[in-house]
Amino acid sequence: MGYEDYQCMDENGIREDGRKADEMRPVEIECGVVPVADGSAYIRWGKNEAIAAVYGPMEAHPRKIQRQDRAILDVRYNMAPFSTSDRIRPGFNRRSREISKVTRDALESVVNLELYPRSKIRVEIEIICAEAGTRCCGITAASVALADAGIPMSDMVVSVAAGKCNGIVLMDLNKPEDNYGEADLPMGILPMTDELVFLQMDGDLSMDEFQLAWDYNVKAAHDVHVIMVEALQKRYGGDV
Amino acid sequence: MSEDSTSTEHDSGAVRLVHPGERVGVHEGAEAGHGIRRINGELVAMRMGTLSDNGNTISVDPVSSRYVPRAGDLVIGLVEGMTNNIWFLDIGASFNAILPMSLAPWKVEFGAVREHLNVGEAVLCRVQEVDETHSSVATMKGMGLRKLKSGLLEEIPPHIIPQVIGQGGSMLQTLKDLGDCRLVIGQNGRVWIDGEHGGMHAVRAALKLIRDTAHLPGLKERINALANE
Repeated sequence: MGYEDYQCMDENGIREDGRKADEMRPVEIECGVVPVADGSAYIRWGKNEAIAAVYGPMEAHPRKIQRQDRAILDVRYNMAPFSTSDRIRPGFNRRSREISKVTRDALESVVNLELYPRSKIRVEIEIICAEAGTRCCGITAASVALADAGIPMSDMVVSVAAGKCNGIVLMDLNKPEDNYGEADLPMGILPMTDELVFLQMDGDLSMDEFQLAWDYNVKAAHDVHVIMVEALQKRYGGDV
Repeated sequence: MSEDSTSTEHDSGAVRLVHPGERVGVHEGAEAGHGIRRINGELVAMRMGTLSDNGNTISVDPVSSRYVPRAGDLVIGLVEGMTNNIWFLDIGASFNAILPMSLAPWKVEFGAVREHLNVGEAVLCRVQEVDETHSSVATMKGMGLRKLKSGLLEEIPPHIIPQVIGQGGSMLQTLKDLGDCRLVIGQNGRVWIDGEHGGMHAVRAALKLIRDTAHLPGLKERINALANE
C-alpha cells in the first residue's frame, strides 16, 4: 500500500478503529505500580502502554550537575526492545534523547524545583508497547507519577496529540494514521489554566487546520486530566 | 471540573483529597499554608494530599513526602561513610548529614572514627543546623542521644508521624503497650523498636497498618481493633 492509497476514514466519517475524527483512544491510568519508587504510574492509551517512575528528590551526582538554587529533573524516556514489531536496540538514541529533553522541559515548567536546591528528581519513562503517541503517553504518565511522589507542582501536564491524514484533521492518531498521515501536533497543556508548556509539529497544517487540531487537543487534555485525577484519588482512597 | 471541586465544603469534617493544580476556593483572609499557593486571589493546591483548615490557614497534608531536615529534629541516622574526623549519616533526606567527631559523645582520636561508629551502624542524633542548600550537621551531644545497639528499625513516611504519635502521645502509648516495647520515633520517619521478638513483630504490623491507611478516617479504631486481637 502506498501513501496515496491509505484511506483513514470511511464515507460515514468513521476511522479504521471505529473512532470519529475528534475521538481519542481509550485511556486508563493506575498509580503506585512500582512499590520501590517514590511515585509511579502505569498508563494504557489505546495500544500504547507505559510505566513512569519517580525517585527523589535526592542528591544530584556528579556534583557539577548540581544547581545551588534549585533541583534538576533527570528524565529518561526509553522504549523497551520488545515494544514494537521491529526490535528497538537498547540504550539511548537520537529520538529517545529528544523526547527525554522535551519531556523534561514540559515538566520543569510545573514542578517547584526551587524547593530542593542541589537535588535531582529522577523520572523514568519506559514504553512497554508502542502504537503512535508514546511521547504524549510518557509525559502524561510522568505527571501522574510526580503527583503520586508528592512533588510540589503548580499543575499536572497533560499531553495529547492531533494530526492530519488524507487532508482530515484527526484527534489522537493511531499507528497507520501516523505513518501515512501528513502532520502530527503533540501538545502539553496545563488543564487548570489551558496554558501550553510543550508543542511540537511534524508536517504542515494550514492555519484553520492548526486551530482545529489545537481545539481537539485542549478538549482532549481536559478529558485525560479527569482520568489522571481519578487514578490518583483511587490510589489514596478518595471519592471518585 | 474545577468549578465542581471549588464548591466542595472543606470544613465539613470529611477528608478532601486534592491534586496539584486543583483550585480549593477563594477563602478571603485565609493564609496559604504548606502545599498551597494563592494565584490570582484563589488558593491552589500544589501537591497531592488532604486539605486541612487550621483556623486561618489552609494547607495540604501530603499523602507522600520525603524528609526535609530542620534544626532540632531528633532523627535516626545510619552511618554511610567516614573521613578521619567526620561520619556521613544517611538521615533519609536528599543529602547525607555530617557528624563531626567533635559532636560525638566520645573522646575520639583523629583517624580513629571507625572504632566508635562503623558503616551500617545506627545512631540516635539531633540535627544541629541546616543551611539553605539543605546540607545538615548532626550532633550526638545531648540527653538520650546514643548509638542504637539492639532492636530494629522500621520506616514510615515522615508526614504520618503526627498520626503515629497521636493526640498527647496516645497512639504512641497504644503502640508501646501493644508490644511492650521501647519506641523512639525519629522526625525522619525511622522508628526504633526494642523489646521481645513477638512484641516487636506486633508493633511492626501496627505501623504497617498506619502506613497503609493513615490518610483514611478511623485510624484509632483500626489500631485498637488490632490491639484487641
